[in-house]
Amino acid sequence: MTDSRCVIVGASHAGGQLAVSLRQQGWQGPILVIGEEPYLPYNRPPLSKTFLSGQKHVDDLMIRPHTQYEKVGIEFLLGQSVTSIDREQKKVILAEGDEISYEKLALATGARVRTLDLPGSDLEGMLYLRDISDVEKIRQYIGPGKKAVIVGGGYIGLETAAMLRQLNLEVSILESAERILNRVTAPELSAFYARVHKEEGVCIESSVNITEFAGDTHVSEVRCQDGNTYPADLVIVGIGVIPNIELAEAAGLKTDNGICVDSNCLTNDLDIVAAGDCTSHFNAFYNRHLRLECVQNAMDQAKVAATTLCGKPNQYNALPWFWSDQYDLKLQIAGLSHEYDELVIRGDPESGRKMAAFYYREGKMIAVDAVNSPQEFMIGKQIIARGLTVDKGKLSDPAVAMKSLINISQSGI
Amino acid sequence: MPVITYISADGAINEIEVGSGSSVMQGAVDNMIDGIVAECGGSCSCATCHCYVDEAWKDKIPAASEMEKDMLECVLEPQPNSRLSCQINVTDDLDGLVVRLPKSQF
Repeated sequence: MTDSRCVIVGASHAGGQLAVSLRQQGWQGPILVIGEEPYLPYNRPPLSKTFLSGQKHVDDLMIRPHTQYEKVGIEFLLGQSVTSIDREQKKVILAEGDEISYEKLALATGARVRTLDLPGSDLEGMLYLRDISDVEKIRQYIGPGKKAVIVGGGYIGLETAAMLRQLNLEVSILESAERILNRVTAPELSAFYARVHKEEGVCIESSVNITEFAGDTHVSEVRCQDGNTYPADLVIVGIGVIPNIELAEAAGLKTDNGICVDSNCLTNDLDIVAAGDCTSHFNAFYNRHLRLECVQNAMDQAKVAATTLCGKPNQYNALPWFWSDQYDLKLQIAGLSHEYDELVIRGDPESGRKMAAFYYREGKMIAVDAVNSPQEFMIGKQIIARGLTVDKGKLSDPAVAMKSLINISQSGI
Repeated sequence: MPVITYISADGAINEIEVGSGSSVMQGAVDNMIDGIVAECGGSCSCATCHCYVDEAWKDKIPAASEMEKDMLECVLEPQPNSRLSCQINVTDDLDGLVVRLPKSQF
């Protein structure tokens, strides 16, 4: 395999990690990473936080310096998009017509923001947040006293709201569901976050049905079905993402709300792997197909995909985890809470800035949300991954140390 | 540029130049030392960049925050010299620092 080339489509967390892991696992041939953005793989989580605030600059976001990739012979083709895959000839075709052959192909095409299609959606000042260029645009519109309306009360919306408040903007969050974080957490957590945001001066409106964005060339007002209007100097829309699966689909690869991969991150073409936000995999722990949108999944799947390509298949069975920083709140989440049937709360959600929620299904812990509670997160993660049983009375009592609930002597995640 | 020595659990030694202003975690990631995972990219959220600071250097590094201390208590095989390497900022004073990496970050 000395001269065989691996082409990686996508140069974000998954694509970058895949390239590095290939070298670490002994891939001898050329490695080419093709990315649409003009940047080497960079850390996306700071985009809605320290990059938005200006504390971090573009160079600070890079996961690794270019010198490191050069040293190990990883090449990049940036600012280029792949328009099709010829699986018979084993080559990818670029937008400008160039063809690049591959021995093995990895798809790490990620996801793109879901856009709004309402009257006025294309006015100036209507913004999204996914890439460096999105945030650079947002930064042109922000300043103390400006009015920002955030559409969508998910993590991106809340993190952005928190940072804009800290930059002294007037911030409103409009959520279509009956509560913020509706899709991802228990009502107790939503109430906790709504309370903190209100304490910080953010206006949160739930069950809002937006009908129109008004303004001449620039958005100036958000109009809702109930007749309410919200003045706006800028609107940031954070209503989720759509996986980039069209390239795979057109090449005849199996997709289902994501590029279908097995536990080795292989697609239904044995020369093609996929990793990250664009994939759908069967998760044995949760007993269903999942498409995850998080750094952990991007990195872990990339590592498994790389070992598969190097002929040393490894199973992907990591427990998903996430984090979100807002104000002085550090939220750490392990597992997925969907379809929980019992909740154990530790701490007081109605006051202060610290609490944890443990989610159970059929008597088994499946997820933990821990706010400013690192031990609840760390121990919760072990309980879930190792399938341990703990006394729920003790778990709900903040006076009982988390560490006393389990034996941390065994590696299990 | 400060030189930091990373000793992996299997005994492999990497002496690496890490720029002032970077972190001990970043130095490992930049150089593909796989004993450091660093899933959260340095925001003190994941505890997958755990390292043991050589005793001779323990007192030359600013103390850990409460958040870091809490997380360190729950890592695999914590020791009094355990640190999260993303929270150790590299300065010229740390030239010669030696850190040992645990056998697992999970």
